Amino acid sequence: MLNDKGRPTRPEAADEAPATASTFTGNRALDVEEALIFEIGRAEVTGVDLPTPKGAKSRLGAHARTTPIALPGLAEPEAVRHYVRLSRKNYSIDAGLYPLGSCTMKHNPRLNEKMARLPGFADVHPLQPTGTVEGALEVIADVGRWLIELTGMAACAMSPKAGAHGELAGMMAIKAALSARGSSKPVVLVPESAHGTNPATAALIGFEVKSVPARADGTVAAADVKAAIDDRVGAIMLTNPNTCGIFEPEVAEIAAAIHDAGGYFYADGANFNAIVGKVRPGDFGVDAMHINLHKTFSTPHGGGGPGAGPVVLSERLAAFAPLPFVRIEAGRPVLVEDPSQTRAGETPYGRLAAFHGQMGMFTRALAYMLSHGADGLRQASEDAVLSANYVRASLQDLMTVAFPDHPSMHEVLFDDRFLEGTGVTTLDFAKAMIDEGYHPMTMYFPLVVHGAMLIEPTESESKASLDLFVATLRDLVMGAKAGDAARFTQAPRFSPRRRLDETRAARAPKLKWEKPVAAE
Amino acid sequence: MRYLPLTESDRAEMLARIGVDTVDALYSDVPADELLDHLLDLPKAKGEMEVERIMGRMAAKNLTASAAPFFCGAGAYKHHVPATVDHLIQRSEFLTSYTPYQPEITQGTLQVLFEFQTQVANLTGMEVANASMYDGSTGAGEAVLMAHRVTKRRKAVVSGGLHPHYAEVIATLSAMASDEVARLAPNVGGDEDLLSAIDATTSCVVVQSPDVFGRIVDLKPIADAAHAVGALLIAVVTEVISLGAIEPPGARGADIVVCEGQSLGNPLGFGGPYVGLFAARSKYVRQMPGRLCGETVDAEGKRGFVLTLSTREQHIRREKATSNICTNAGLCATAFSIHLTLLGEAGLSRLAALNHEAACEVADALANLPGVEVLNDTFFNEFTVKLPVNAARLVEKLAKEEGILAGVPVSRLLPEAGLDDLLLVAVTECSTADDRAALVAAISEAL
Repeated sequence: MLNDKGRPTRPEAADEAPATASTFTGNRALDVEEALIFEIGRAEVTGVDLPTPKGAKSRLGAHARTTPIALPGLAEPEAVRHYVRLSRKNYSIDAGLYPLGSCTMKHNPRLNEKMARLPGFADVHPLQPTGTVEGALEVIADVGRWLIELTGMAACAMSPKAGAHGELAGMMAIKAALSARGSSKPVVLVPESAHGTNPATAALIGFEVKSVPARADGTVAAADVKAAIDDRVGAIMLTNPNTCGIFEPEVAEIAAAIHDAGGYFYADGANFNAIVGKVRPGDFGVDAMHINLHKTFSTPHGGGGPGAGPVVLSERLAAFAPLPFVRIEAGRPVLVEDPSQTRAGETPYGRLAAFHGQMGMFTRALAYMLSHGADGLRQASEDAVLSANYVRASLQDLMTVAFPDHPSMHEVLFDDRFLEGTGVTTLDFAKAMIDEGYHPMTMYFPLVVHGAMLIEPTESESKASLDLFVATLRDLVMGAKAGDAARFTQAPRFSPRRRLDETRAARAPKLKWEKPVAAE
Repeated sequence: MRYLPLTESDRAEMLARIGVDTVDALYSDVPADELLDHLLDLPKAKGEMEVERIMGRMAAKNLTASAAPFFCGAGAYKHHVPATVDHLIQRSEFLTSYTPYQPEITQGTLQVLFEFQTQVANLTGMEVANASMYDGSTGAGEAVLMAHRVTKRRKAVVSGGLHPHYAEVIATLSAMASDEVARLAPNVGGDEDLLSAIDATTSCVVVQSPDVFGRIVDLKPIADAAHAVGALLIAVVTEVISLGAIEPPGARGADIVVCEGQSLGNPLGFGGPYVGLFAARSKYVRQMPGRLCGETVDAEGKRGFVLTLSTREQHIRREKATSNICTNAGLCATAFSIHLTLLGEAGLSRLAALNHEAACEVADALANLPGVEVLNDTFFNEFTVKLPVNAARLVEKLAKEEGILAGVPVSRLLPEAGLDDLLLVAVTECSTADDRAALVAAISEAL
């Protein structure tokens, strides 16, 4: 989550000396400067030993490469050192609490990694004869079955590759269902508090986006939705629990309103971690919802992917699920990957990606599901909600809870009223958390409150970890209120880099390394 | 439960501070009749050993590529990935970090992405590359949408040599967005008349090289024809190792290059996750989809990297964004970049040469079998053979009786095209001389 609205994007001029004394190398003990591979590698060096080609007659025709590639190579020890040094410049969930709201940075079990690397899953080709991959097809079917049961829906499309891709899959199913009815309803309602992917997805496939206001208490009013519905509205995209961390109290009424108008209810499942085993989206009227396996089901975020975004579908949309899908026949999995293999009642709207989806994420998610079981999944959601409310209860006297009238779900939203008059912004506050050893919370999102700070501790933190986090934030707030602005405006001081000039990066984009022009 | 640190007494203390008696009190906004009062009908929690047993049994049902003479390709290739790659991407700091929104503490990921972008641009012969797409097929779909934005036209011409899954992704997106697609018939003979399908309403021409039948396509005349009417050439590469041996699309006039990057650093994995490479001319950079990493300086003047040009993106532009993409394929891109750094130019060239030689050997041997014809005049590491029998049935038989994975029947990708006698055979450095001999002998025997 990131939003630049009103957020400074370049550092203030440093009005004090660098925080630490300089060294000859520029290194600071374990924090070691590392050049680019293009500066340290050589074109003739390789870290992979391969046999010498025999020099057989080429079948490349007139297409053999004559242009040099300009790719440096590193020997294995150099490569290991390069990437290990770079890795040490990253924060990670393995190293500390990562309270990014809406991102669900929970523990990533290593058993998942081990299972995903079993040769029977990692070393099989997507187009091998299906009789040689029945175990792989079973995994796909099993993950789908778990998701269907957990959400109370009728079907699950497994091929979407990330959350936004799952949104696309779900909205396409809605579009296909509308057009199968010969219905022209080109408008999608999207609340102001929605994640940016929601309106972007709707627009991508030709829907018009109509915004629905958020109420003063952070929720969407069924009355506002009803007022916005006319005969051109085909769907609503609603996140529940919403991006303010609140379970929408009128969600069932909103679902009924959109259904009565002949439309469909798309739910963004980004916040599913709050309600697994507690309440089922199918029970509150959802027609389609993507599930971020990389959030709720613990597959690693990997510095920005890969994710996986299976989308569950209601009875009303199930027939439109895209290709491919796995059908169980006489207890055995059958892969349906072409329209010619479909049966009556199966009217897939097309294909979203090559092959069968993010198998490597399915194996990890299945290991997580089997490990937790129905009981552990419910406990995880309860602990996630308990932890967020504990953080809230421990900070609400010092920080301003944006919407105090509702309990929080798995994340708590603060605004920046508590910083009024301190000269400290949400950005400054976040950067000061870095100096204290924490990754900041999601900031400036959602857009419906000023200077938003969205904290999601997840169920992975011990009480001692939460207590230290709370104590740290309390100390920061008191420091800001006591007038120690430099602790914030100069932060971060102890990270591998201090604030970076985003304005400069965007004004004259430098997106790849260029060989420096040799000095005269 | 081993993943949950809170104890019952912790929970009780926490509830007390919150001021509620039960955790269900925190779910008070959920209508009471919808709050579940029972466990769902799913198995209960299990220990590590039990999970390993269950999943191990499922994995054991699959025939692995390493356990068989293996010749499947068609957009996913078996290559040897150095042990270093998988070790490095399992470092906590790469594996368990989020998208680098706080650049001061994610310079590791950001520098890797900057290096990745440079490697991809250099490899494809293009000016800029983004920080990755989900995979090649979704990248191809995004490329078509980008061409529509650049040209303000909405008709894509799609070669019959494009991987059918990729063509279906483009067709699905286009149908949903009410855009037009002119998809040519499967280009089995390599003689399709792409140029006459291009006209003044064309936004882009999508061409794969080597194409799905393995043939290397001369992109230059197609680029010229596209440019003559103001359309863009989108070049697709599904076997990225080929760029070690073949002139890059950027040198042949491509405006956008999309590759499947799985071959470097990433396992077959039954189809995913993979990594899409996306490169373009720099004049189109503000119309590109996906994340971009750029160089800048920090408050002390030190070089650093940030995500940039985010005004294209969904979190700022919402319904006016260039794409809805948010998460991409960061860790797969990292694996790609590490593998390519280990290879370097010298290693990549050699790897490409070994692939080509191995494929040439198998093509020659198969062409000598009576009734078997190799259809390609050119190829890299994959080619199409015409058999005197049904290719899918032959592949099934060899898998079952000989434990050989002989290739991908064209009918698997195009079941209705009447191409049941065609087999795609991919040969990489992973095949041994014995594997290659076993394939030829088994096919000879079966005919």
